[in-house]
Amino acid sequence: MLASLWQQLSDSPVPIDSVDLAWAGLAPVMILIGGALLILAVDSLVPRRLRPGSYALATVLLAAGAMVAAVPLWQRVQDAERGPFATAAGAIMVDGFSVFATFVILSAVILAALSFDGWLRREEMDGAEPYVLMLLSASGGVMMASANDLIVMFLGLEILSIAVYVLAAMHLRKITSQEAGVKYFVLGAFSSAFFLYGIALIYGGTGSTNLVRIATYLSATVLGDSGLVLAGLALLLVGFGFKVAAAPFHFWAPDVYQGAPTPSVAWMASGVKVAGFAGLLRVFYLAFSTYRLDWQPVIFVLAVLTMLVGSVLAVVQTDVKRMLAYSSINHAGFILVAVQAATAAGVQAALFYLAAYTFMVAGSFGVIAVVSRKGDIGTSLDDYRGLSRDRPVVAFAFALLLLAQAGVPLTSGFFAKFYVITAAIEAGSSTLAIIAMITAVISSYVYLRIIVAMYGAGDDVPAPRTIPLPAAAGLALVISLTVTMSVGVFPGTLASLAERATPVLIPESDPGAVDPSGVPPGP
Amino acid sequence: MLPTLLAELSAQNVVTTPLTQAVVLPFLGAIVVSLIPRGRAELHRVVALLFAVGTGALTLSLLAGFDRQDSGFQFQVNRVWISDFGISWHLGIDGISLFLVVLSGFLFPLAMVAVAPSHDPKPYYAWLLVLQGGCIGVFCALDLFVFFVMFEIVLVPMYFLILGWGYADRVYAALKFFIFTMFGSALMLVGIVALTFLNRDGVVEANQARVATIQSEMATVQASQGLSGPDTPVDPAIAASLAAGEARIERLLNPKLNFDLVTIAESQTVTDTSTGASPFDWGAARWIFLAFALAFAVKVPLFPLHTWLPDAHTQAPTAGSVILAGVMLKLGTYGFVRFGLYLLPEPSVFFAPALVTLGVIGIIYGAVVATMQKDLKRLVAYSSVAHLGFIILGIFALTTVSIEGGVVQMFNHGISTGALFLLVGMIYERRHTRDISSLKGLQKSAPILAAVFTLVMLSSIGLPGLNGFVGEFLVLVGSFLTRRWFTVVAAAGVVLAALYLLWAFQRVFHGEPDEENADMADMNWREGLVMAPLLVLIVFLGVYPKPMLDRIEPAVARLVSHVENHSDYTEPAVATTGVGVDAPGEDGG
Repeated sequence: MLASLWQQLSDSPVPIDSVDLAWAGLAPVMILIGGALLILAVDSLVPRRLRPGSYALATVLLAAGAMVAAVPLWQRVQDAERGPFATAAGAIMVDGFSVFATFVILSAVILAALSFDGWLRREEMDGAEPYVLMLLSASGGVMMASANDLIVMFLGLEILSIAVYVLAAMHLRKITSQEAGVKYFVLGAFSSAFFLYGIALIYGGTGSTNLVRIATYLSATVLGDSGLVLAGLALLLVGFGFKVAAAPFHFWAPDVYQGAPTPSVAWMASGVKVAGFAGLLRVFYLAFSTYRLDWQPVIFVLAVLTMLVGSVLAVVQTDVKRMLAYSSINHAGFILVAVQAATAAGVQAALFYLAAYTFMVAGSFGVIAVVSRKGDIGTSLDDYRGLSRDRPVVAFAFALLLLAQAGVPLTSGFFAKFYVITAAIEAGSSTLAIIAMITAVISSYVYLRIIVAMYGAGDDVPAPRTIPLPAAAGLALVISLTVTMSVGVFPGTLASLAERATPVLIPESDPGAVDPSGVPPGP
Repeated sequence: MLPTLLAELSAQNVVTTPLTQAVVLPFLGAIVVSLIPRGRAELHRVVALLFAVGTGALTLSLLAGFDRQDSGFQFQVNRVWISDFGISWHLGIDGISLFLVVLSGFLFPLAMVAVAPSHDPKPYYAWLLVLQGGCIGVFCALDLFVFFVMFEIVLVPMYFLILGWGYADRVYAALKFFIFTMFGSALMLVGIVALTFLNRDGVVEANQARVATIQSEMATVQASQGLSGPDTPVDPAIAASLAAGEARIERLLNPKLNFDLVTIAESQTVTDTSTGASPFDWGAARWIFLAFALAFAVKVPLFPLHTWLPDAHTQAPTAGSVILAGVMLKLGTYGFVRFGLYLLPEPSVFFAPALVTLGVIGIIYGAVVATMQKDLKRLVAYSSVAHLGFIILGIFALTTVSIEGGVVQMFNHGISTGALFLLVGMIYERRHTRDISSLKGLQKSAPILAAVFTLVMLSSIGLPGLNGFVGEFLVLVGSFLTRRWFTVVAAAGVVLAALYLLWAFQRVFHGEPDEENADMADMNWREGLVMAPLLVLIVFLGVYPKPMLDRIEPAVARLVSHVENHSDYTEPAVATTGVGVDAPGEDGG
């Protein structure tokens, strides 16, 4: 029957416009979504429970598979002759930027999945759901990073966020986890509404939601009254600011980080932040580069606020998860400094920072997941006392990751900060660079407090306790530490990758695609 | 990736240069030590000592191979590290850094032999080795970035040493130490990056003339071919030469960033000739100098940024105090010489009065506060504040003799204060107190210790014939020419030093020992072995400092003329005759 229908359609005198999709360009997203659905299907169809750990293994393999699928994309976009390309009627852009972000997001998936495995078993919650949610969320993140249309970006944002709301509320027996989920959901829904409203205003102001067309329109037209576009931009910034936890849109972060299951937080702090910043850079740096002088001061203020809030408020915390929540706000501020530069060097610095930070923060929350006790409790500073005695290797690894977050040389965190302030100074924002370094010192106090708890407990150490270290969590720790330290000594490779990961604006270029001037097909 | 990297490194002969070895060997040792299983406690010590002694031997070989005629940088190695940012692994030493490298080379093994940690030997030795590598790295670095990395990296091992093996109040002291120093260096990083960008702008400006020449040459060629602007000439050779010209212009106008200390310092593209005295009139170079100066002033420490020092010294384990006073404080004073005077001569001259003032305040303040200390270790710590004030005075008095004195004093202070901390550590190990009032009459129970203490103390006071005198004398002689009244005040500091040290000695060693102090053990042979090389140096350098001065003087003379060339400062004529240089040796002998 289908065949005859197809026959009819193809014989039909009226040609039907169909969107030509470069499937290879969408392969990473497809693998993530398909894999997630597959895991879900297997989980509901298989009568017996699978061996523990199989879901984690499947997730890691899927993410690795998506990475493998992204490698030819990277080669293609770096190829001088073929170069980056847009697909899905210009709604998706496959360029160095999106592929780089994809790699970072997938690394975050792998690290979080490894951390989830042992944690879920300890909490007796092993199952497919967290992995499925994380894979879906990651697909949304990849979509955001490669969106060339504000509507697609919104779709990506929602796919990313809704999965994360559930991940935050996943711990059924823990009331703070529920609270975190609800809080994140309510505030997140608000910010999504802001984002959508911003898209509407920008559509009103420029007549398109496609980033290329917006940029072309804005560079060719001088708007008599740019109020609509500026208001739209401000609302978009609220949406992005919420996702990356930039002050003053950060209020959810400490509570959610504290309450949510620790491996979920590892994902939130790494993958979600990467996606948020990728979207932010794409929209502001690319599409609205003509409005740079309008949004740069706003980002300047946001960056200063974010860094100050993140560093100063972290000092008074006593819960390690909250401390790292605030420190992640501080890191977001640093990345905003790079965004504020609005130069190629700034984009490079932001990408380098995001990549380095993903491994540091995922590793750190991995340690927290290991050190916490059943019920996901035991994350206060006191619980870390004597860790250097009970688990010397874990304590040392955690100390190194924390020092990396503080930006001590010979770790990736140092180069991340170095590139950011280099970009800022090159763009003439020395003030911002100075403020950034001062807040870095303030937040280093926070990391030192954790290290002091682990190493300096002295005589009043609590009784020794055994801290099981699941193999998968150990592997995640090894990976993040290896990357952090090796990038810290030889940053050249990652830096040159980040340098070549330039975002570009090009219109639909696939052969046989619909005419760009035609009506863009709705998503 | 690693094999190719290693192949690359060996192909470039990076690893075979002595300076790279001296920097990398301790780091390697730290890795080796941390790979030894926890159970083999005795191995940790032996292996760590082997690496530390090996590094010491390497630095001594540098001393032997050093060409005393050469005032420039020797044993240089210069290889690209991060090409996009123009960062290279550029190391080299001159007469100024030579002795500091040697000091770091042999003080570490001595500190390791002298005190064994009470617990966890593995991380203890690993951190000490990291510290040694970092310190040598700072003194060898000729690349701003490498310097910063090394300058910052030494914080971590010291922090962990204080935290892990320190005394009761160690958490507070470690935090204070880390935060203070990190704050200083955070702004220095901004300064370094700003400086490299300004340097790039300066290079572009300097290249403009050459660009103009090339452009006019190209225009001539084009005109001779009868072509206008964008036309491509028919002759491929001429087309190629025009393209080459374009490429040259492109390169000249877009130079890479450059973090190389020597290049930036010698070209002096970032100068500040603003006459304005108020901060609003200053150019960038002065602000950059302040960013550097803050980092160094914390490290020295200069009054009023010294408050971390007594805490850190008192709470640190003995080896930590020895290294802290002996080597790490010199990171600041060395920084002032290398990255103040050499890199930014004009701002250094501009800020010299302020720094000299702070130095002299430090001399008097350190001495007065030291007099009032109840804790023996704190007393020695405050005496460091005073001694380093002398060094700062010497450096910023800006005469050849005074800077030379400052450099000598850096080395001598490392020896005598290091030795003092070792001795205080020995007393503490036996009596478990550093409280001056509860120590009494130790001379009776431990005569050898008392004798050694006397000698070291006299060297610290600056008694002629011992090493401490040489540096202080040169500083005072040199400074008198340019900063007369500051020098007069500083000289009073010498008297105060005699006061607080002799008074402390009197209280601790003289008199009849009470019950607790009566049966204190004397120095054992291991401790004697540690002290022996230090005592030899104290006497030798006091009697015959010429070999040392000979190696330092050319580099310092070159530095002073560098400062003269790039600022409106001229050294008073008397100082260059070298009258003061040989005097202390004759006096002492």
